[in-house]
Amino acid sequence: MFDSKDTAPAKIDFFNLDADADNVNISRRDFLSKTAVAGTVAIAPGVLLHSTSASASGNTSTKASGEEVSSKNRWGMLIDTAKCADGCTGCVDACNEENGLVGHDRPATDTQYIRKVTLKEKSTGHELSLPLMCQHCETAPCADVCPTGASFVRADGIALVDKHICIGCRYCMMACPYKARSFVHENVDSQKLTAPRGKGTVESCTMCVTRVDNGGIPACVEACTEDNHNAMIFGDLNNPESDISIALKARGGKQLRPDLRLNTGVRYQGL
Amino acid sequence: MTRFLRPLLVLIGFMLLSPSTFAETPFPTVHEPSDESLKCIQPEDEMRRNHMNYILHERDETMHEGVRNEPGSLAACIDCHVEPNANGEIAGIDSEEHFCNACHEYASVQIDCFQCHADRPQKFIIRNDSSAAIKQQLLQTLAAENNSASNNSSEGVNE
Amino acid sequence: MSKIEYTSVEGKSLPYFALLGGLAVVMLLAIASVFYMEHEGHYVTGMTNQIVWGMPHVFAIFLIVAASGALNVASIASVFRKKIYEPMARLSALLALALLTGGLVVLLLDLGRPDRLIIAMTYYNFKSIFAWNIILYTGFFGFVGAYLWTMMDHNVYKFKPYAGFFAFVWRLILTTGTGSIFGFLVARSAYDAALMAPMFIIMSFSFGLAIFLLVLMASYKWTNMELGDVVVNRLRNLLGVFVAAVLYFTAVYHVTNLYATQHHEVEKFLLLEGGVFTNIFWVGEILIGGIIPLILIYAPGVKNCRKTLGLICTMIIIGGFSKIYTILIAGQAYPLEIFPGYEVSSSFYDGVVNSYSPSLPEILLGLGGIAMTLFIVVFALKVLRFLPASLADSVVDPHAK
Repeated sequence: MFDSKDTAPAKIDFFNLDADADNVNISRRDFLSKTAVAGTVAIAPGVLLHSTSASASGNTSTKASGEEVSSKNRWGMLIDTAKCADGCTGCVDACNEENGLVGHDRPATDTQYIRKVTLKEKSTGHELSLPLMCQHCETAPCADVCPTGASFVRADGIALVDKHICIGCRYCMMACPYKARSFVHENVDSQKLTAPRGKGTVESCTMCVTRVDNGGIPACVEACTEDNHNAMIFGDLNNPESDISIALKARGGKQLRPDLRLNTGVRYQGL
Repeated sequence: MTRFLRPLLVLIGFMLLSPSTFAETPFPTVHEPSDESLKCIQPEDEMRRNHMNYILHERDETMHEGVRNEPGSLAACIDCHVEPNANGEIAGIDSEEHFCNACHEYASVQIDCFQCHADRPQKFIIRNDSSAAIKQQLLQTLAAENNSASNNSSEGVNE
Repeated sequence: MSKIEYTSVEGKSLPYFALLGGLAVVMLLAIASVFYMEHEGHYVTGMTNQIVWGMPHVFAIFLIVAASGALNVASIASVFRKKIYEPMARLSALLALALLTGGLVVLLLDLGRPDRLIIAMTYYNFKSIFAWNIILYTGFFGFVGAYLWTMMDHNVYKFKPYAGFFAFVWRLILTTGTGSIFGFLVARSAYDAALMAPMFIIMSFSFGLAIFLLVLMASYKWTNMELGDVVVNRLRNLLGVFVAAVLYFTAVYHVTNLYATQHHEVEKFLLLEGGVFTNIFWVGEILIGGIIPLILIYAPGVKNCRKTLGLICTMIIIGGFSKIYTILIAGQAYPLEIFPGYEVSSSFYDGVVNSYSPSLPEILLGLGGIAMTLFIVVFALKVLRFLPASLADSVVDPHAK
């Protein structure tokens, strides 16, 4: 019998089996000191022990486990398209692994939380690529149209689907301007502990809400950072000292479909 | 009214005579957690009757308020209650040996939690699409947890 | 005016049972399709992450829109006090309830989690027009049910004008809500128009009356009861007005879009380059659903021909399906304009026109909804007295020539 449990009530170490087994050889301390999440030290894959300076700078959440989220934080992401390499799918792969997304060779119905989009400006011929995921709008159309309130935006800005009350009507998928939502078209088993998902409900990028609540960063941002592309920054938009706010103030950041006035949490540079 | 009395008595008579009245469906064997020093969040009687209220309350708090890692979270329940048996096999939700399903199948109360939620602790789920490195790490972790060096690696067993 | 005598269909003949049996078979096939779709998951259908709502929704929306329009005849009688329509008010209300039932059944059985219907009835997000629609549909059953009751129960007959008024107002709100499901979607270029709600209202008038006329003519023909030309011609002229009005709204919608450079791409897609969608628009919606019926309705030679009128109604129904297919499917097929001014490509079908091929289970489910509607009507006509014993000219309007 296995008898290796702690004596305290089980505090789940969600990051016991992180997906980054393939990056085991890379020294995390060296990496992270050069990246936007300076001031943090990894004690296990995906778990970041943040020093007080990092927490003060709003790059990760410092809320206690039992504490509720509030609107004093607004989590967002900044993507620098100049640093996003065409053909690289690090963020997509990391997301698929983190959330247990399985492809069935049916691209029309397989779930994608994040995808790489290749753009070519018609008037100039300028080409670029960027990752596109749920934009976590402040006034999200998906939250407006959901009949049961399953689609909602949390107080700290993360748009989520409460799959307990989702009836699978797919109206939010009609309403989303960014085609961020996917419907689960088949039976699912062997779900990841931190990413419950099931047939007949709608799902989308959660900004890795379980990681964020535990003081981490989304898997896509982490993968991009560890591969040294540094195209993605995550942080608290409400905190002027966070890396993301500093970057936004320095070089600006555009929303997609700004005409819709949705005040998205994801911003892009280079568009 | 009285014209219903005779058929009613006959019906009751049949019911009393039917085998199920006197036979007893065996109460399911519920797997006790291996570590007996661990306590559930509430006494057994309370949990047996009202566990759904705790789970429902927790789910709204977790979903909408971001309150995680509480002792009463679904993941904590599963981590404690869903364990491998003596043969090193672990049951999935479809099996009668699964902690939740044992009673729910007996009581014939359908639950749909596990249509979305993992029905076992993460370390016991080996996904078919996991890369070789991850499978390797899983097996290593399990081997480390299991003090014996024999081939007690657990794989998800769905019945 | 003499008191109207209502009758029920005898319903003992072989053709009657054959009709009921045939409809039941279609419903069973629909149930089988639902089990298959629900068990396997929606990947077995033609609906995808790109075309989110498909054939079931085309059928469902058509039936729901027609339901509110089928009540028109009763409303004109009770609210607008046109006595000549009064005998047909019971059938009108019955048809409205039956159509809504059929439409809702299709809609609900296509949900990803139809087992969560009770959640849909108890958790409401009142900012969602969909949530309001759920309340409106339930209320429709209540109000029209009450209305029908006042028509059939002599004890509450005096409440008929009030019940009729509330049912009339309710159905206008309901159809506005149905149109607003699309009108409120800011994301898609083909939707997001205030015109959607009134256009759906006028569509309901047209489709509902076409179905009503078909059911009326069939009921009287197959029971050998008299149906005079006065009533039929009045309804026919009314139908012509509604068909013309639908064409007008369609024209305004597209012309307004064509005025705005912003919408030129989507209009080019809908009207010219959409392939099957363009064909369905011009041939199905405009030609078969609008122009040819209009010509036939007002052509002098065929004025009293019932067969032609049956053909006209059928064409209007085909046009109605085409219209909803165009609105629903073509609106989703056209890609979202996330990056105006850019050519877009991705692994998730960005920047490309999405294709849709309906699968058999979806079509069977939709047909099952129609079968359910007709089953309810055919069965109800036998059980209660919905039909006036005679709608001959002399009975209906003694002063008519």
